[in-house]
Amino acid sequence: MAAPVKIRGKIKDGIAEIKSLMPHPMETGTRRDADGQLVPAHYIQTVTCFKNAEQIMQAQWGPAVSKNPFFSFKVKNANAGDVIRIDWLDNRGETSSGELVLK
Amino acid sequence: MNRRHWLKTTLGLSAAVTVIMGPLRAMAVGRQGFDARDVDDALQGLLNGRSVEQSKDILLKIPDIAENGAVVPVSVSTELEGVQAISLLIENNPNPLTGRFELSPDVMADVSARIKMGESSVVRVYVETADKIYTTAKEVKVTIGGCGG
Repeated sequence: MAAPVKIRGKIKDGIAEIKSLMPHPMETGTRRDADGQLVPAHYIQTVTCFKNAEQIMQAQWGPAVSKNPFFSFKVKNANAGDVIRIDWLDNRGETSSGELVLK
Repeated sequence: MNRRHWLKTTLGLSAAVTVIMGPLRAMAVGRQGFDARDVDDALQGLLNGRSVEQSKDILLKIPDIAENGAVVPVSVSTELEGVQAISLLIENNPNPLTGRFELSPDVMADVSARIKMGESSVVRVYVETADKIYTTAKEVKVTIGGCGG
C-alpha cells in the first residue's frame, strides 16, 4: 500500500481551503538513473475528492506534476463534521487515499 | 477438477473481474490528450474542436522565472460563472497536457499545484464553462530544467 494522502484544511466563512500532499515518485519515464537506464514512468493519473459521500472534484494528471504532489482547492458550503476524502490512482493501478474531518 | 466446477469457478472469477474493472475503466475517461506529444494533438484531445475565447478574467499565478523546473508552483483562479473544468498545458514539455481538474458546483474555481517544466515555455490555462471555453497564457523562463527529475 502506498503512503496515505496527507490532508489539512480549515473552514473560514463556510469555505474550506483543503491542502493535500501525496507522497509519490511521479517518474516521467524520460529520466535516466546513474547507470544510464531509463526509469519507467510511474505517476498519479487520477485524483478524486469527496465531501462526505459526494464526489466534488476529479483531476486527471500527466507525468509533469511534481514529485510528492501538492494540491490545494476550496470547498464551498463546508460545515464542521464534513469528511473530505482524497483518493488517487496511478498508471500502475496502485491507489491510496486520505481523510480529514473538518472542524 | 470436474468440468462443472471449473465452469462455476471461472464464471465467478470473470464476474468478479468485471465488478472490479468497472470503476477503474470509468476513472480512465477524460484522459483524452494526455498521451499527446505535441500541443496540437493535446488540444485536439482536450477541446475536441470546441472554440476557445481569450479571457482577462482568469488569474494564472506562476513565476516569471522558475529557478528550479522540477517544482514550479502554479495556481489558477477565476470569477467566471459555472466553471466545470480547469486544464493546464505546458507547450514545451514532452507531454504538454499536465492536468485537468473537473469541479462540481461545490468547489471554487481556485486550484493550486506544483508542476515540472523541462525548459522555458508558454503555460496555457483552459477554463471550461457550460457554454464556452476561455483561455489565458503566460511565458515562464526556466533556469534549471525539471525533466531530469
